[in-house]
Amino acid sequence: MTSSAAGAPALELKGIVKEYEQNRVLKGVSLSFQSPAEAMEAGIGMVHQEFMLLPGFRVAENIKLNREPTLPNPASRVLGKKLESLDVARMRADARRALDAVGLGIDEWIRVAGLPVGHMQFIEIAREVDKERLKLLIFDEPTAVLTESDAEKLLDIMRGLASKGHAILFITHRLDEVLAVANRITVLRDGEVVGTPDPKTTTVARIAELMVGRPAAIAAQRRFFAPTTEPALGIEHLREDMPGERVEDISLAVRRGEILGIGGLAGHGKLGIANGIMGLYPAWGRVVFGEKLFPLNEPREALERGLAFVSEDRRGVGLLPEESVELNIALSALEAQGRFLHPSPIPALQVLNHGAMHRHALEMIRALDIRTTGPSQQVRRLSGGNQQKVCVARAMTLRPKLLFVSEPTRGIDVGAKERVLEILTALNREQEVTLVVTSSELAELRAICDRVAIVYRGKVEAILPPDAPDAAFGLAMAGESARAA
Amino acid sequence: MRLPGTLREFGIPRLLIAVFLAVLFGVAVATHMDLRGLISDSIVRVGRNGILVLALLPAIQGGLGLNFGLPLGIICGLVGAVISLNAGVHGIWGVAMAAGIGVALAVPVGMGYGWLLNRTRGQEMMVGTYLGFAMVSMMSVFWLLAPFKNPTLVWAIGGRGLRTTLSLGGIYDKVLDRWLEFTVAGVRIPGGTLVVFGGLSFLTWLFFRTRMGISIAAARSSTRFARAAGISDERTRLQATVLSTVLGAIGIVIFSQSYGFVQLYTAPLLMAFPAIACILIGGATVTRATIGHVIVGTLLFQSILTVALPVTSQVIQGDISETARLIIQNGMILYALTRVGRA
Repeated sequence: MTSSAAGAPALELKGIVKEYEQNRVLKGVSLSFQSPAEAMEAGIGMVHQEFMLLPGFRVAENIKLNREPTLPNPASRVLGKKLESLDVARMRADARRALDAVGLGIDEWIRVAGLPVGHMQFIEIAREVDKERLKLLIFDEPTAVLTESDAEKLLDIMRGLASKGHAILFITHRLDEVLAVANRITVLRDGEVVGTPDPKTTTVARIAELMVGRPAAIAAQRRFFAPTTEPALGIEHLREDMPGERVEDISLAVRRGEILGIGGLAGHGKLGIANGIMGLYPAWGRVVFGEKLFPLNEPREALERGLAFVSEDRRGVGLLPEESVELNIALSALEAQGRFLHPSPIPALQVLNHGAMHRHALEMIRALDIRTTGPSQQVRRLSGGNQQKVCVARAMTLRPKLLFVSEPTRGIDVGAKERVLEILTALNREQEVTLVVTSSELAELRAICDRVAIVYRGKVEAILPPDAPDAAFGLAMAGESARAA
Repeated sequence: MRLPGTLREFGIPRLLIAVFLAVLFGVAVATHMDLRGLISDSIVRVGRNGILVLALLPAIQGGLGLNFGLPLGIICGLVGAVISLNAGVHGIWGVAMAAGIGVALAVPVGMGYGWLLNRTRGQEMMVGTYLGFAMVSMMSVFWLLAPFKNPTLVWAIGGRGLRTTLSLGGIYDKVLDRWLEFTVAGVRIPGGTLVVFGGLSFLTWLFFRTRMGISIAAARSSTRFARAAGISDERTRLQATVLSTVLGAIGIVIFSQSYGFVQLYTAPLLMAFPAIACILIGGATVTRATIGHVIVGTLLFQSILTVALPVTSQVIQGDISETARLIIQNGMILYALTRVGRA
């Protein structure tokens, strides 16, 4: 999102980026560093978003890992340096110095396991600071897990390191922090540089605008029927345990007949909502669907009550890549509703009605314009866009009342993108299916949705009309919607 | 080395084994051996072993990998066989009773085995191997202490404990092999056994086109997909394990009637290995198998075993068939395990 290099010697950073680009031009994707070890050797340190610490090791051991000062002993004299003893006294002294540099007063000889996350973050930084050759330190969303006071402290340390001559590459989406510490700012969107505002003159709103970008011309398509204000799905205080997605307290009312968009930055919980309600990850909260209390953590129940889901994870959840197009389309309906089966006295032993499945697949292939050699083709042989259409076809086969679609256009080409969005809007208008579309591409949400909810840190930050100003979306995504008002 | 598409699809190991088999038959022809007899023996062995190979199919389709715990099902079948022998039931009814009791035992045993596999996810093959070994040893104690009284079954001296090998001569030795037996161009075909093998293969094929079968296969392909489609993969894995164990029980009864002997004690210990080699030679992988793999694999591997012994003893005056069997069998399993995750 936003990155900034603080501190004096920005030369290294430029050099690296240039070298990286040159290599990319020369050899496709091969990088100038063959391994993380080489990058470290060159003086680049990294503070990871996910901590890279060994919990069972002591603080000093973690800081000095693989760079331990050693003393010769009889065995090492014969068998080589690898067998030298650890110089524990020096390890502790070095670790102490590094910890002091980042202002962490904990004992350097206690184990990392069980320490608060803030401490772990600072240990991680201390480890990088301890490296003698350190020239460039990369922080990847370091403040995401910290409390506000710890975050303040971290920013101070960053300023301190920069004044000592270390370059810092600070990757974050917290716009206030960027403005507070950065000497220069680069805003990225979809893998491209979209602006380098001057931190002295720019504002948070301006950066937010750059992050969001102009939406593609919003299609001013008139709807065939106006969405009611009648609630279709009420979500109250949804909390969920999904790795990498934070859903902490989502409350949201979906109106019958509308297309509701859910946007927000990666990891803030937008993808968790659909996954939680469909029962794919453990979730807690109160959900009402069709005026009845809806049970969570029951995938089958969700399907039986008329919900369907097109997952963001096509290959893992959305498709059986080895199986045929027809089976992929029919499978959910076959499982949850017992369709496409010959009658049999024992329900579990009903034999597949291949003819009915085949005919249905042909119908879907025609309706959604799925490019395939035929219903029996393996799904993995289709292009991404056509695989996505198969996912949509399977969800449509369930004849849902409400359909969740996550990342409908991820990883598919431009032409197919438009086709998929058309299919979704047609489904909403012609078959009156309520749609909840989750996407990282704000522009597409603004193009097809009636309302767009933006989530931030596991909560709904704002619900905006699709034609709200860019800055309003940007600020909501950065958790600062109050500022837009 | 790049092979043309059709050959590559056939698979290099299968190709090598087919070539090896062709060479063996070539030598057999060149040395004027009884070719008809060899072919007939090969077919008899296909019928004899086929169902044990088929028993592996549900486990692979259910995502449990190669069922090294096949001895569990085999033991159930053996208990059924011993009970039917003890009761003195002869002929086809003896086989039916043995299979029936075997299946009745295999269902709860399979459920217990499946329960265990659900608790040791990702290590099914190792757990199966060790569970099989442990059960075989436990059953050795059972065979010694079980209260069977029929004097044709227990040790002649002392009168306690079952013998290691029980002859079926005059009881139901080859009763299915002889039923519907016919001869084509001098080659004797054991019709009945093949009909049973074919029938069970068809039923298994049909099962994997039912709602339950499709769920099992879907859960194998992707646990998360299955969950999203409302399938509990713990249940489908249990179902697959039970089916595999049941087929193992039927398989050993059919095997015994064709072989003419019921082998107890440590005999079931290594029985999973040749069956696994068969299905792998047929082209199955640890994650995917079809009825075609079962039939082709059984045909190739059992033919090699049949032909290798007489041919090699003819040519080099010694027996390397057992050596060849072990190399092919274990090599094949090893090869399949190196392919896991690559498909």
